Amino acid sequence: MRPAPLWRRYDRLSGSDPAADVKDELRFHLETKVDDLVAQGWRPEDAHKEAERQFGNILAVQHMGERIGEHMDRRRRLTDYWADALRDLRFTLRTLRCDAGFTVIAILILALGIGANIAVFSVVNTILLRPLPFRDAEQLVRIVEKDAKNGESGRTYTADATQDFQQRNRSFQSVSGYFAFTGPNNFKLSGNGQPVPATGMLVAEGFFETLGVEPAAGRLFRPEAFAHHAQPAALLSYPFWKRQFGGDPGIVGRTVDLSDKVDLNNKSVTVVGVLPETFDFGAVFSPGAKVDLFVPYIMDDFRNDGNDLALVGRIKPGVSIAQAQNEADLLFPQFYAVHKHPEYGKPYTGQLTGLKQYISGKLRRSLIVLWWAVGMILLIVCVNLANLLLARAAARGKEFAMRSALGARTGHIVRQLLTESLVLAGAGALLGLGLAWAVLAYLAHQESIALPLLSMVRIDGAALAWTLLIAVGAAVLFGPAPVLRMSAGNLQAALKDSGHGSSEGRKHQRMRSILVVTEIALACVLLVGAGLLLRSFLRVLDVDLGFEPSRAAAVSVDYDDGGDVAKRSAIWHEVVSRASTIPGVEAAGISDNLPMSRNRSWGIAAKGTQKLTDRDFIDDFVYIVSPGYLKAMGMRLVAGRDVSWDDIANNRNVVVINETVARKLWPGQSPIGRIAIAGGAETEVIGVIADVHESSAEDDAGAQMYLPSTKQFGPEGSYLVVRSRLAPAAMAMSVMKTLREINPGQSAGEFKPIQGLVDRATSPRRFFVLLVGVFACLGLLLASLGIYGVISYSVTRQTQEIGIRMALGATQARVQLEVISDTLRLALIGIGLGVIASFAIARSIASLLFRTAPTDPLTFAAMVVLLGGVALLAGYLPARRASRIDPIQALRNN
Amino acid sequence: MDDAKLEFLRGTLDVLILKTLVWGPLHGYGISNLIRRQSDEALLVEEGTLYPALWRLENKGLLEAEWGLSENNRKAKFYRLTVKGRRQLRKEVKTWEAYAAAVAKVLGATQPPLPEEMA
Repeated sequence: MRPAPLWRRYDRLSGSDPAADVKDELRFHLETKVDDLVAQGWRPEDAHKEAERQFGNILAVQHMGERIGEHMDRRRRLTDYWADALRDLRFTLRTLRCDAGFTVIAILILALGIGANIAVFSVVNTILLRPLPFRDAEQLVRIVEKDAKNGESGRTYTADATQDFQQRNRSFQSVSGYFAFTGPNNFKLSGNGQPVPATGMLVAEGFFETLGVEPAAGRLFRPEAFAHHAQPAALLSYPFWKRQFGGDPGIVGRTVDLSDKVDLNNKSVTVVGVLPETFDFGAVFSPGAKVDLFVPYIMDDFRNDGNDLALVGRIKPGVSIAQAQNEADLLFPQFYAVHKHPEYGKPYTGQLTGLKQYISGKLRRSLIVLWWAVGMILLIVCVNLANLLLARAAARGKEFAMRSALGARTGHIVRQLLTESLVLAGAGALLGLGLAWAVLAYLAHQESIALPLLSMVRIDGAALAWTLLIAVGAAVLFGPAPVLRMSAGNLQAALKDSGHGSSEGRKHQRMRSILVVTEIALACVLLVGAGLLLRSFLRVLDVDLGFEPSRAAAVSVDYDDGGDVAKRSAIWHEVVSRASTIPGVEAAGISDNLPMSRNRSWGIAAKGTQKLTDRDFIDDFVYIVSPGYLKAMGMRLVAGRDVSWDDIANNRNVVVINETVARKLWPGQSPIGRIAIAGGAETEVIGVIADVHESSAEDDAGAQMYLPSTKQFGPEGSYLVVRSRLAPAAMAMSVMKTLREINPGQSAGEFKPIQGLVDRATSPRRFFVLLVGVFACLGLLLASLGIYGVISYSVTRQTQEIGIRMALGATQARVQLEVISDTLRLALIGIGLGVIASFAIARSIASLLFRTAPTDPLTFAAMVVLLGGVALLAGYLPARRASRIDPIQALRNN
Repeated sequence: MDDAKLEFLRGTLDVLILKTLVWGPLHGYGISNLIRRQSDEALLVEEGTLYPALWRLENKGLLEAEWGLSENNRKAKFYRLTVKGRRQLRKEVKTWEAYAAAVAKVLGATQPPLPEEMA
């Protein structure tokens, strides 16, 4: 065999062609055969025929050859591809290792950006996107009053109304509910050692069945558990079972001693089952709260009470919420609050909302803003990396030019660069996953953040897919940046050593400047957004709550009065007076409910000459209090006096109202001494207090009244509030000691600062402000890094030029000024664009702001100054370096 | 000539092709010629089976192909043994010899084997 001559090697120039190869090969065979036959003496035409005859079915062979050839070709291409990819990867790892500083910074920046995105995505996914952790969760709806404004009482129904709806609706598979007025630690579990406080939730028949929750051990409540005088039964939550009973499966069927702090009955209760780990009642229905056990809500025990059941229903398959709503609109107005007392009226409406929407609807906007913010961070990260890569490409310009000169196609170099950015993004994503995992593990255990479902947050398949998506997206976004530069490049210029001040260098610099301006603009938008949210948060903290949360703390008091009002009054009196004498205590008092936690409401009306109708009553938050409570909470008496032990001893029906009630019932007049109908009795108004924000700091205060604990007004639990000169933690010991002296059965409840209640109420806002603030700082940091990089690089590039100018007499100050003015120019353009964008974007977050205009000038000014200052600092460092350039050194070095 | 044509036993063609390439690269026509001459015209390879066999061996990686010029100055596809092909050849030659010896023993026997229990 001799090698084919050069010209013949070009007939496959356009790529391999297996079919032509087969044809050529067979043609050669036939031609050679013909030659041989002719040599043996055949006539050429006959020789041709003979050769074909000998060959047989040439087409079939040819066809087979093509098939095999194509197969081989495909395989070869694939092998080539992977071999190339592997080579690229090896090369990438080698170059990255050589440039460890760049690699580490790039991976860290990416990890921060991607990690923040994974964490936020997981939160968004858990709260907004993922269905609730129940079977066919889209069938679940929450039923509340249409205009539900007045606390939980407006979101709940009586036992009778609930039963009516259960029986008469046709749209639901089942309707059930839970008792909405359960306070924390409303039960006491005794048995071994000191009694343990526990939070027990009363649930109506079919509650777990409606949700589709299956027990982890034992069984759910049987229908007979909901009958009057039924054998007491309880279901344990998974964490409580683990904590209190060490996860002992033998607990099912045993009895435990459980006393209810409201009706104070000691009962032995049979544990019928344990709920699954995946069921977190608090996360779904009452953010941040933890529920330890569940007991049946026995309707017959609540027939005469007000609204107290929060309703959840499961719609039948194929029935839409709108259809069910139509039915509810027909049915609810027909229901009586209490069958036995039709005169109480039929005030009901029913608004159906998908359970998911009910839980997370309000957070939707905040979460989407958060998502945008974190997306912007990723964008800034990408821009920053593109910038870093551009700088690196400048250093690698010769390498690329050399490779092009040696025959590498642009496609190959792009692939090489993409491999590099994919490796960086991959490493960043892995590290980011770790970061996100740590952050989420921390968040999931923050009970002080009252966000629904937060305890269920985790990195799931969707989050991993999202990670992959953003990592690849980022790599594609920042990776090929140097190619833009290269394609505009000129091989020769790049191969020659310098290129200082060449037009290509300037174009390159301009692109980097555009990137930096983009970064600054993005950071500006983030900063302004964070600033507006922060200012709103400060405004919320500034709200006059109507009480003084600092230096006050509350503890749940246990006592046994055997249902005797006089005995209860005596116990309360003893507790309050002994607590008041503890050194350091300024004031003490008892209330059945605390602000910004559980609440309930009754109607109140001014007694006039005419007979009162439903319309005269306004919904009013009700608190049953002891003397001293108002003072202990730091509530301000505007007129009149507090309730007194004398009122209680003499069973006088008196009431302290807040300014809202006074304004509504007796506009323009003094309410003191007037008679109001409150809680179904005539009561004398003895005092007026400044409005207290009873539900949240952001909503306006509702109507409130404070009644003494008398025969007429029974408390629902009791919290001792102590105001002290010392920190609450310092008081805990002595207060608990006193309580235990009064009642040895006092459970080891937690001595909770009132500030904690306020913090909890403001926690969602704090959560968002904190996150957006962190992102804004990150954005600021990255933007300043970007500025520093660009300015510093341009100083390095101009070393020679600066050296010449200094040799010609330019002063240090002048050089510095020029570099700084370069920086300022970039910063100002970026800030200008950012401010314009912020104006547009701020409007869309207006609904998240509190007493802050979306154009708040102070915020804008502060953020512009902050960003400008940081930009100046980032530019100052290279400027100082430029001014220290030694002209001789600079000129000699080149 | 047709009388002398022997039928190929299954798998035999592959090992013959590998063997012919031991002396250097050859094109398909050369391979069939070599086999014919080496077997003293006893073995005739049909083109319809030769080429598919070559391609199959190439596909398996036992052969590799390259275009070059033939002795009559035509462009031809030359096949050569790969390392893998050489290894395969050694293996198959051994198998073939063992097989042939066994067959020869049986066919060349002049008397029936001794009864086994007596051996």
